[in-house]
Formats: sequence, structure tokens, C-alpha cells
Amino acid sequence: MHDKVDVLIIGSGASGAAVAWSLAETRMRILCLEQGDWVKPTDYPSNGRDWEARLFSDFAINPNRRRRETDYPINDRNSPIKVVNFNGVGGSTIMYTAHYPRLHPSDFRVKTLDGVADDWPVDYETLEPFFAENDRIMGVSGLTGDPAYPLHQPPMPPLPLGKSGARFGKAMNTLGWHWWPSDSTIATTDYDGRARCINLGHCTPGCAQGAKASTDITYWPLALRAGVELRTRCRVREITVGPDGMASGVVYYDAEGRERFQPAEVVIVACNGVGTPRLLLNSVSGRFPNGLANSSGLVGRNLMFHPYAYCYGYVEEPLDGNHGPPLCLWSQEFYETDPRRDFVRGYTFQFGRGFGAIMEAISSTAAGRLPFGPDHHRVYRQLLNHRIGMSAIIEDLPEEHNRVTLDPVLKDSNGIPAPKIDYTIGENSRRMIDHALANARRILEAAGARNIDAEVPILNGGWHLLGTARMGNDPERSVVNGWGRSHDVKNLFIVDGSIWVTSGAVNPTSTIQALALYVADAIKQRLANLFD
Amino acid sequence: MSLPSPLTRDLRAFAGTMIPPGPSYGVPGADDETIFADIIKSLERDRDDVAAALERLTELAGRPFADLDEQRRLEVANALRREGGLAAAALVRVVLLSYYRDDRVMIALGQEPRPPFPKGHTVEQGDWSLLDPVKRRPPFYRKTP
Repeated sequence: MHDKVDVLIIGSGASGAAVAWSLAETRMRILCLEQGDWVKPTDYPSNGRDWEARLFSDFAINPNRRRRETDYPINDRNSPIKVVNFNGVGGSTIMYTAHYPRLHPSDFRVKTLDGVADDWPVDYETLEPFFAENDRIMGVSGLTGDPAYPLHQPPMPPLPLGKSGARFGKAMNTLGWHWWPSDSTIATTDYDGRARCINLGHCTPGCAQGAKASTDITYWPLALRAGVELRTRCRVREITVGPDGMASGVVYYDAEGRERFQPAEVVIVACNGVGTPRLLLNSVSGRFPNGLANSSGLVGRNLMFHPYAYCYGYVEEPLDGNHGPPLCLWSQEFYETDPRRDFVRGYTFQFGRGFGAIMEAISSTAAGRLPFGPDHHRVYRQLLNHRIGMSAIIEDLPEEHNRVTLDPVLKDSNGIPAPKIDYTIGENSRRMIDHALANARRILEAAGARNIDAEVPILNGGWHLLGTARMGNDPERSVVNGWGRSHDVKNLFIVDGSIWVTSGAVNPTSTIQALALYVADAIKQRLANLFD
Repeated sequence: MSLPSPLTRDLRAFAGTMIPPGPSYGVPGADDETIFADIIKSLERDRDDVAAALERLTELAGRPFADLDEQRRLEVANALRREGGLAAAALVRVVLLSYYRDDRVMIALGQEPRPPFPKGHTVEQGDWSLLDPVKRRPPFYRKTP
């Protein structure tokens, strides 16, 4: 058994790192347990000639394909969208596109504005200072003045338009629709010890240049210098509870597979929208037979992805290919509810560049565009670097039948039951997808594309894992309160995407981290009576 | 674990059928010695799926795939492709993963045969005046009560 710590954080990704850094100033003894390893920049695929191939092996985005020792399996057979993640210091910020929009103010008032789902117990204005602080630490590039958002000031200039972005910009102007350079956590100038982007173009599976902000190179160096301890290769099996009904610590397995107990005064869970309900559901006891913090029965329910509708075509002019960060622009033209449509809420368009040589070949072969045989070479030359693509990020509404449970058979390498996903795309989302595809086609046509095609939903598109331990003021309708504390266990907090009430229609990392900083601030404000 | 010899022979024949040499483009086929050696070396976690796909190829061919003439090979390969499935996708993928990183192929495509890091690439800034009409638009995010 280890010495008791004041605060134990489980997971070192987007939210765990932010909360660790924020709480460090309290001088409490803070420990973070991470099931993965540190990842060295020299290990990232873009260092080698097999850079694209490694997307199908040790840097696959789907953990069931990647199968590192540090990964856990996920039964996702009953879902048209497969979970993607990364387990290591930095969590899934190691393996994200760094597209960094915030939720909109309206996203926090869905029930009030649109009569669906629930309002959040927190709003945009409350989070605004935490968004700004997070932008500063993560290092955000972008352009102030986007009319789709309240004014904010990214600290670095935006990513280059490139040929693809300019073509999309012209197309959107032709249609009279909104577009704007994306907020991105890719450094466009040297920033706080990080080198600027040199357009490696293979950003998702880790940035060898260090221009992409993952929390291993942003929050963690600051938190470690401030005295936080980070212990890697520690896979938590369960959160234990004392006779007083408070969390007493965790049982975990170390790198050698030895069972350990770590006592703690406060436990903060930051394992993402699949890992967190898995851990809570695995933490059963006489007092909590249905899993910890689950008196509402909502742990694991209301799983929200964002179904992605990818639409693309080919133009005559050679474009950027996969050079440069893959996402550079967004459009919020269709973000807010419009009563003339047959759905509520809305979607974001994110505009991309093209594919590398291998990805183009694999994608086009799968789509039936690229033939076998003698004509292969001629056709391929019409495809490589001629692709122009975009995706709609569809807002998923919370539905209780979309859920994470424990698989009765599947286990990880430590024998811990694995998560099972049951998920279907809702009717509102389906209507939104149809709307988005029609508009995407108009945009691509305006951009001069031909041979327009789509992939809906993106199969390995479960990047955003939200809603499975939702926040709220009513203990019967939520798992944590308005500042992340469990209704049932007063020294247990959750800070990852699980606590989202609704999903909005943007990549969630910025808001996840702002929320984590907000929860950390709430803890600091209440230290004297935290458990009241 | 490598493939049994008959399957290795079929795999090479399949690779050459899928991507034959393109003399007018100055590229080898995927059954080229160097490329095929890379395919075999890189099978890794796809090995079992590839073996299953090759066995299915034999079933479709009615005899070892490599024993077919070129025309018949293409017909059978396309039949497997039409059937689809994870195993067939793995077979196609292992060929493409090695073919489209071969130096000769990349040079013929006008690509630099190198990893992205450390040299990176140049992406033009583009014409930011394109954004002027959007900048003139008033804020349109929904105000909340």
C-alpha cells in the first residue's frame, strides 16, 4: 500500500492534465495514475518511411486494431461508429486532429431554446475565463472576429489556407455561407517551448515536431514542475469505498501486473466517456451494487458520439494532398436551430485537405474507384493530390439506450471487464446528416469537384466520447452536480467528456478542458467545506 | 509467422494482378521482388486475414490462384473484391501499404521518397482577402437567456 495522497487523478489526458495543473497550486499531494506510457516524439510515425502504414498498426486510432499492451479492448460490434482513443500520457490528445472549436453559448441551453434534452448547469459565460486560460496553455492558433462566436482572441495566427482552403473559401463565398479559419492547437509560431508547425501533414497520430499540443507537452511539464506525481503503466481496476460511503482510494495493476492499493482523500476520474463509466461500473460494493455514483442509473447511459458525414470529390488542379494540418477551416452556417428544417440543433462543417499516397489508394480501392489491373496506374494519377474533402460533425442528442455497459466476457490483459457499446444513430441526427450531405455536395460542386462521394457515418469516427456520467442539479437525472462532484460520493469528481449534458456539434477537447479547469477552480474555492 | 509457401505464391500473383507493372509510368508491379519482400515482412496483425482471403481466392479460382492465366487472375481477383469483407480488405491493404511507399513508385508519382519529419512541407498561405465578406457579416450565434 502506498502513502495516502490528497488528490488522486485517474487518467492523464485532456481533462486529467488540466485538473492536475490547476490543483497543483494548492500544494496538496496530487498523484495521477495513467495506464499508458509516455510517448517519445521520436516514436511518432512521421519520423519514418512507414508513416502511413503505422496508422494500421501501433498508431491505429482504433484500440481494437492498435492492440498495445496499454490498450483495453472495446466490444463495439453493436455500434455503427467505432470508438477511437489513445492510452498514454496525454491520452487522446496524442491522437487527435487538434481542431479546437468551443461549444457555442446556445449549446448550454438546449432545453430552453429548443425544447429537447436538458440545459447544462453551467453556461458559456461562466466557462469563458477557463476557455481563455486553456487556450493560452494549450496554445491555440486562429483568427479573432468569427461572427459565429462570441469574441475571443487565439494567441497565434491561423493555419495556412493552402490550395484546398482557398478553394473552399471561394466556394463558400459563392454560396454566401459562413466559413472561418479554425481554432487549432497546432502552433503556427514558436510558442512556449514548442516549435512551429512545418506541415508534416500527419498530425493525428502524434506530431514529431511538437507543434501539436498534446497535454504531455503542455500541461504536464507545468504540473510536474509544480510537484504533481504522474505514475505510468498503472491501470485502475476499481475505486474503493470506505464505511462512511466516501471513496477511499483505488485498486490498480502496475506494469508488472501486481495489484496495488492507493488511498486518497479525493478521487478525480478523467478516463473519457467510455473509460469513466467502465471504471464506475466496475467499482461495485455492497453499498453501490450497480456501480459507483450510479444511484440515478445513468452511469454509462446517454452516450453521444458525433456522427461524422464525410463528403469528398476530385478537382483538376493538384491540391495540398496530405501536406499541412488536415483541418484548417470550419463553417457554422448550419449550427443553430432553424425552425424551417425538419430537425433541431445543427452541425459544423470542417474542411480538410487531401490524403497521403497510401490512404488515397486504400480509400479509393474500397470505394471501387481504383481498379485492379492495367488501368490502376492511370486512374490513380487522377486521384492522388486531387481530393478535396469535408466533414459534417452532427450533433448527437442524448438517448438513454445509447450506452456503455460491461461486457460479460471480454476482459483486458489484467482481467478487468471491458466496455461494451450499444449505440444507434437517432432520427434527428439522421435528418441532419441528409441535410448536411446535400449542402456538402453543393459546396463541393461550387469548389469544382467531380466524382463526389460520401462515407456516412465515418466508421472509425468515435473520437468524441460524451454524456455517460452527465452533470446536473437533479440527483435523479444526473451523475455529478454542476461542478463535477458525484451526487452520491462527495469526494468523487468526474472531469472528462462523460459529464456533458448534450454534445453540441464541435470537436469537444477545448470545452472538456475548460470544464476541467472550472471543476478544479470549484474545488479550490471550496477546499474548506468540499464534502459538505 | 509467415504464410505457407503455396499461399505466399498466391499472394505474389495477387499483388501482381492487382497492381501490374506500368512501364509507361516507370513503375514496377506490386509483385516486384523488393516490394513483395516488404509485403511479406509487414503482414503482422493482418496475417490471418490475408491467409483467409487467399484461401477464398483459391476457392473462387477452383485451383491455386497462381496457376491461372493473367485474364482469369484478374476476373477472380475482382470476384473477391466484389464479395468484400474484412479478410479481402486486409489482403488489398497489405499490398497497397507496401507498394505506395516504394521509392521508385513514389518518385514516379512526383513524391519525395522520405518521411514527413524533419523536412516538412510548404503550404501556401493563400489569399486571406477571401475572408473579407465573412468579416463583414454581423455576429449570428444565438444569444442565450
